[in-house]
Amino acid sequence: MGALANQLPIGLSIAAVLLLIALGLTFTFGQMGVINMAHGEFIMAGAYTAYLLQGLTSQSFLIALPVAFAVAGAMGLLLEWALIRRFYGRPLDTLLLTWGVSLVLQQLARDLFGAPNVQVTAPGWLVGGVDVLGVRLPHNRVFIIALAVLCVVGVWLYLTRLPAGRRMRAVVQNRELAAYSGIATGRVDRFTFLLGSGLAGVAGVALTLVGPVGPSLGTFYIVDAFLVVVAGGLGQLRGAVLAAVALGFLNGYLEFWTDASLAKVLVFVAIVAFLQVRPQGMFVVKGRALV
Amino acid sequence: MTALLEVRGLRVVFDGFAAIDGLDLTVEEGELRFLIGPNGAGKTTLIDVVTGLTKPTAGSVRFDGQELVGRREHRIVRLGVGRTFQTATVFEELTVVENLDLADSFRLPLRSLLRRRRGVSDAVAAALEAADLTALADKPAGVLSHGQRQWLEIGMLLVQRPRLLLLDEPVAGMSRSERERTGELLHRIAATHTVVVVEHDMEFLRKYARKVTVLHQGRVLREGSVAEVQEDPKVREVYLGRAKGKAVT
Repeated sequence: MGALANQLPIGLSIAAVLLLIALGLTFTFGQMGVINMAHGEFIMAGAYTAYLLQGLTSQSFLIALPVAFAVAGAMGLLLEWALIRRFYGRPLDTLLLTWGVSLVLQQLARDLFGAPNVQVTAPGWLVGGVDVLGVRLPHNRVFIIALAVLCVVGVWLYLTRLPAGRRMRAVVQNRELAAYSGIATGRVDRFTFLLGSGLAGVAGVALTLVGPVGPSLGTFYIVDAFLVVVAGGLGQLRGAVLAAVALGFLNGYLEFWTDASLAKVLVFVAIVAFLQVRPQGMFVVKGRALV
Repeated sequence: MTALLEVRGLRVVFDGFAAIDGLDLTVEEGELRFLIGPNGAGKTTLIDVVTGLTKPTAGSVRFDGQELVGRREHRIVRLGVGRTFQTATVFEELTVVENLDLADSFRLPLRSLLRRRRGVSDAVAAALEAADLTALADKPAGVLSHGQRQWLEIGMLLVQRPRLLLLDEPVAGMSRSERERTGELLHRIAATHTVVVVEHDMEFLRKYARKVTVLHQGRVLREGSVAEVQEDPKVREVYLGRAKGKAVT
């Protein structure tokens, strides 16, 4: 029982990271129909940002969070502006395009930082943990969960409370009508890319707390994040949250009972079975909606 | 009166088929103009071209002296041309007031997009009033009836403060009482705006139209008052020759 309960913060923190990554994917897919294979490299960029900043000041890690958001966000913005917007309405081409960009960015990271993994030293206050009712809660895991909750609440408030977020929902629901309401839809698209990529950067910083940083960091998480998007229903905030939690736990516990590769197989089987029953994901909506 | 909208030599070809074939149209400032014509006459295509959705093969569209062809949709909206769609289209997941607020928001400076808006602007309140939706302001637009959606769409147009409104079949699918209310709304709007209405409903046309333009096969067939148009033998032939029976009677 103790060991089982100890998996709880681990499963939840995996879910938290997956959710941060999946948010960007689900937004860009829901709004622009773009499957961005280079999204994983924004995670990597965020992680390397934390690596570069470490040791500069005593609070480098906290500073790395907004900086990584800005770095990854700027990369996403540039990718959309320079390449993706020329390929709207051609999903297969964007798939190939962004896959190519992903390979280029990985090689770039290898050239800049070397192929071997590097380590980011967690700040002192994130080392160790507390015991609550016999369950070990490692500080770093709790921090990741809190970070994701904060980001999701922030995104939700942005989408529902601010005019800018309302515009984003409007474009997702009906692009044509949005344009005829005077909204510059191209600009909204670019901002969505910035937001989604920035969140992936934040996820990258969070990942430095639980593992090493390498050029192929993004590829480990991108598939799981896609599974979250598919299982949660495309372009859905609520679905993504539930799917991430479900997947995080499934992964965590299956790895605990079996081993990493068998766990992966079982997760895939579970998702395939789930999609047989609910091909549209968890929430079936008439129109498209983000919230 | 000066010409607000001038369409000259317009041609739109889809896959070899000319949806609009050398069309000239002038709408004066302050006019209420009805566009009619059998299916495929090019009425909606004309609106699509004026509002930037469809790129014409040839020709020009001038609004208040400025060329519209080649401009993006939201730019044309910002110049003062607004449109509605055949199927009443609103943002169903947003509330009524959010829909209106959104249509109002393109005038906001960029920085205020990240600030929460409190209360409603005068334009939004006036549009709520005009569309008779004040009581439903905080309901999601998805729950509205068909007629209410049409009015909301027209309200969204009004808050944009356009100079030219293009309404694509505003009374399609409406009940008789809804049509009457729409007609009254239309006349109130037309008192202060230039309005072009595409409409199939002949009863509605007779009741509310002043000047009518008949399109046929992508060209202007006839232009004049309702009575003049109805008596024109060419117009009668075009309508009566059709099996579907949208007859001018």
